[in-house]
Amino acid sequence: MRVEFDEPKCVAAGQCAMIAPAVFDQRDEDGVAIVLDATPPEEEHDAVREAAAVCPAAAIRLAGE
Amino acid sequence: MNRIVVAGASAAGLTACETLRREGFEGTLTLIGDELSLPYDRPPLSKQILSSQWEPERLMLRTEAQLAALDLDFRLGVRATGLDVAARTVRLDDGTAVSYDGLIVATGVRPRALAGSGAHFLRTVGDALELRKCLRPGTRLTIVGAGFLGAESAAVARGIGCEVVLLEPAPVPLAHAVGVEVGRFLSEIHRSAGVDLRTGVAVSEVVDEGVVLAGGELVASDEVLVAVGSVPNTEWLADSGLEIGDGLVGDAFCRAGPDIYAAGDVARWHNPVFGESMRIEHRTNAAEQGMAAARNLLGAGKPFAPVPYFWSDQYDLKIHAYGYLRGHEEVEIVDGALAERRFLAVYRRGSRVVGALAAGMPPKAIRPWRQAILAAS
Ligand SMILES: Cc1cc2nc3c(=O)[nH]c(=O)nc-3n(C[C@H](O)[C@H](O)[C@H](O)COP(=O)(O)OP(=O)(O)OC[C@H]3O[C@@H](n4cnc5c(N)ncnc54)[C@H](O)[C@@H]3O)c2cc1C
Ligand code: SF4
Repeated sequence: MRVEFDEPKCVAAGQCAMIAPAVFDQRDEDGVAIVLDATPPEEEHDAVREAAAVCPAAAIRLAGE
Repeated sequence: MNRIVVAGASAAGLTACETLRREGFEGTLTLIGDELSLPYDRPPLSKQILSSQWEPERLMLRTEAQLAALDLDFRLGVRATGLDVAARTVRLDDGTAVSYDGLIVATGVRPRALAGSGAHFLRTVGDALELRKCLRPGTRLTIVGAGFLGAESAAVARGIGCEVVLLEPAPVPLAHAVGVEVGRFLSEIHRSAGVDLRTGVAVSEVVDEGVVLAGGELVASDEVLVAVGSVPNTEWLADSGLEIGDGLVGDAFCRAGPDIYAAGDVARWHNPVFGESMRIEHRTNAAEQGMAAARNLLGAGKPFAPVPYFWSDQYDLKIHAYGYLRGHEEVEIVDGALAERRFLAVYRRGSRVVGALAAGMPPKAIRPWRQAILAAS
């Protein structure tokens, strides 16, 4: 799994960082998401899929799925 | 369960379909949507689309390849017109019917209309493109309703250089939603940006020349945008026997009938976090409830207990809020100050925290308050 992030779309909702904190964080100043691990390990995959599905900006895309 | 029908092909309906597949549902999955476009996102309509920063291609919620991977029986441009709960069939406007073992209702809402004709609304991509075509520097735009939609549109129209009149029936815009102090603060933001905000104004109708107020006065306008709230799309369920009451009514599991679940803007359900029945018109809720409805239809048996979240962009100001602010009795500014255009407001009912709103603050600052809202339940 590879995490692709469309940063200009991100609305800084922080849903991703709450659901998969090992893979996403938010920048302190504006809350825009940061991908901590673009190729997350197996045990994170469910959380990452959940984050991608819930992201209200459709800014997270998963490749190699 | 061999066949699931999802009615409404937008944020909630699409997320429900994705969740059903992720949870292993391999049967026939029919997605019915009456718009012609593939599923797209609405929040940018009053922001990046209206301001011409984006073109509609950017709105697509999923690529064609992602949609194809869901293996949908996709009925695009088709409207559901009726539901027979006993026979488990949905009637369609092309004269056919589709039967189901499980049904998810995600038909959303539409704008509430005003008397008269010639007004713009802002719900679909077509609406947004039509409105933006009409907005030029100097265009006299009157917006009826200073809720989030009207306020965001006013901000974009000022950016284009329109002369904007914003009419609001309440004495303070958004007071029921964010409280009087924050409502006044937002009023000031709009006034200082040159919006002619008139509060406590009742509108009687929209005419060719503009908007006629209850007293008979005409607000002369080139274009009129009506943004006075919305109506749930439940007419097609009217003779189904399901409970309709400002939305399709479900229980804490979003269950509205036998193997029937509701999600998104159309859905009213009992939220255990607040012990109240609510219907939420927020983008994040549409996705979260779409997921919950799908899982419960497959038998998860888990109450849908979210802390609602929304954001709004007005000028350079970003607003983020958690909770059920409508239920508040008291507001306290716990960080920053309204005058600095940078603050965190906390909403309480009795001693209980029910919501928090941040404006001009780093969004992370508000996250601990989400925890506080949950912990208070
Ligand atoms: C301009 C605008 C700006 C917004 N900005 C924000 C924001 O900043 N932050 C935020 O949190 N939220 C925002 N929202 C709200 C957010 O977009 C909605 O909460 C979300 O779209 C709800 O998704 P939904 O799938 O429940 O309903 P909808 O998006 O309304 O989708 C329902 C779909 O079902 C279709 N349909 C209806 N009846 C039938 C039928 N009988 N048969 C078949 N199909 C049918 C409709 O045409 C539609 O395509 C905004 C909304 C708008 C319009
Ligand atoms: S959930 Fe989406 S919009 Fe929200 S911070 Fe993460 S990437 Fe950005």
